[in-house]
Amino acid sequence: MTDSRKVMEIIEKISYRIEEEKDYLTMLDQPIGDSDHGINLARGFGAVREKLPTLAGKDIGTILKTTGMTLVSTVGGASGPLYGSAYMKAGMAMAGKQEMSLQDFLAMMKVFVEAVQQRGKAVAEEATMLDAMIPSLAAMEEAAAQGETPGAVLDAGVKAAWAGVEHTKDLVATKGRASYVGERGLGHPDPGATSYSYMLEVVRDSCA
Amino acid sequence: MNKFINDAAQDENELIQGMAKAYPKHLRKLDCGNVLVRAKKKQGKVALISGGGSGHEPAHGGYVGQGMLDAAVAGAVFTSPTPDQVYEGIKEIATDVGVLMIVKNYTGDVMNFEMAAEMAAMEDIRVEEVIACDDVAVKDSLYTVGRRGVAGTVFVHKIAGALAEEGASLDEVKAVAQKVIDNVRTMGAAIAPCTVPAAGKPGFVLGEDEMEVGIGIHGEPGTHREPLKSANEVAELLLERILADLDYAGSEVAVLINGSGGTPLMELYLIYNHVADVLAEKGIQVYRTLVGEYMTSIEMQGFSVSILRLDDEMKRLLDAPADTPAWKELG
Repeated sequence: MTDSRKVMEIIEKISYRIEEEKDYLTMLDQPIGDSDHGINLARGFGAVREKLPTLAGKDIGTILKTTGMTLVSTVGGASGPLYGSAYMKAGMAMAGKQEMSLQDFLAMMKVFVEAVQQRGKAVAEEATMLDAMIPSLAAMEEAAAQGETPGAVLDAGVKAAWAGVEHTKDLVATKGRASYVGERGLGHPDPGATSYSYMLEVVRDSCA
Repeated sequence: MNKFINDAAQDENELIQGMAKAYPKHLRKLDCGNVLVRAKKKQGKVALISGGGSGHEPAHGGYVGQGMLDAAVAGAVFTSPTPDQVYEGIKEIATDVGVLMIVKNYTGDVMNFEMAAEMAAMEDIRVEEVIACDDVAVKDSLYTVGRRGVAGTVFVHKIAGALAEEGASLDEVKAVAQKVIDNVRTMGAAIAPCTVPAAGKPGFVLGEDEMEVGIGIHGEPGTHREPLKSANEVAELLLERILADLDYAGSEVAVLINGSGGTPLMELYLIYNHVADVLAEKGIQVYRTLVGEYMTSIEMQGFSVSILRLDDEMKRLLDAPADTPAWKELG
């Protein structure tokens, strides 16, 4: 499906995508949070982009682990530990590998989502990024089980992720900062679910 | 957005450098980041570390010094500091007696401090944690993240800091910190929002004659909006929630009227005027009072009321000497 060089390209593209969507993600965070999701993630992925040249020739595990460690030390807030832990654990799942098959990718994403669940002590239906992550992983696993191509599998994941983002509008948050505004959070898509959907979109567009 | 800043991305760096330069007798800034520690490290006592996003000045650096914290770690504006920064602070202040982290209950703060504690544990540094959660505006249940830690946390810094200074063990200091958390309640309201410099826009917009009730300390919206009422009525509204949450009857209490950054002292004092009367009416005896800016939300026009139910131990520790940039002797 992909190799270490392409993984670097994907991460670089994710960093630019987050930068482009910085203001929108921050705007999403205003009614329900503290207006910083886009700012914090853009700062973190900017730092990751600067580190990428030092990772040339490294295995996928090292690239992802370094991405995660950089996010942990530069993003802060809740999204830093969440995405940071997810990328680090994904890196551990891909340790030593230069190539990534679709099966590797799905196994890695499972670890990615589990890392967010563990760090955030959250489950589905709490109006968090997990409400995009969990259904997108399930959709990708199902598409792969039906023998779909990597492009079709990723497309199913992206669609399910955005459907999950839509669904967060109907949920009253019980985890994360959105929980403090209670029912006033209804009608607002979750910023973390949105940023995850952008990331998966970049992966799909790069691997299609 | 009009602010006296240079570059929004540098705000937290410049303000921490400014605090270190303003209070060289009390504070020293670590080279590795926005970590303020005591100018003179004290050995042989439990070391206390706290922190959070910037924008809460004088918290948290203002509470570093004798009788209170040993280190304060600052993140970007309203953004929890990262685990590596907290870990640097822990390493710097760690003594052989151990370290207590005083964390306010916000998802990000809790995760970043816990990751730092995991890093410290790998280096065999003994770290314990308490999580402040004094905000009664937030519904607490097993299924939610629970209440926010807000201005009442200052009492945790003071009382746990005083016991640590006396040479108590880590378990004892943790227990008294938890006792303060269990006995303090806070609620706040605002009439004008604040603007995170990097966001450039306020966190919420209020109409004329509206107020936001149940605000936190990060410029986020509160639990609901109401028509603005007189200061006395707003004070009663907040007090009612606080007093309904904990049995204060017949107790002695410490009261903190905390300004959010844009509220003049004039208003804070006239609010306290009525708070004192209401408490007296209810037979709740005020032992000590703090009025001023202790944990702000940049320029937000708002305030919170915190009430701590005291016992003899907490009274003694509240009155123990402290020498930090922001703690004032109590009247």
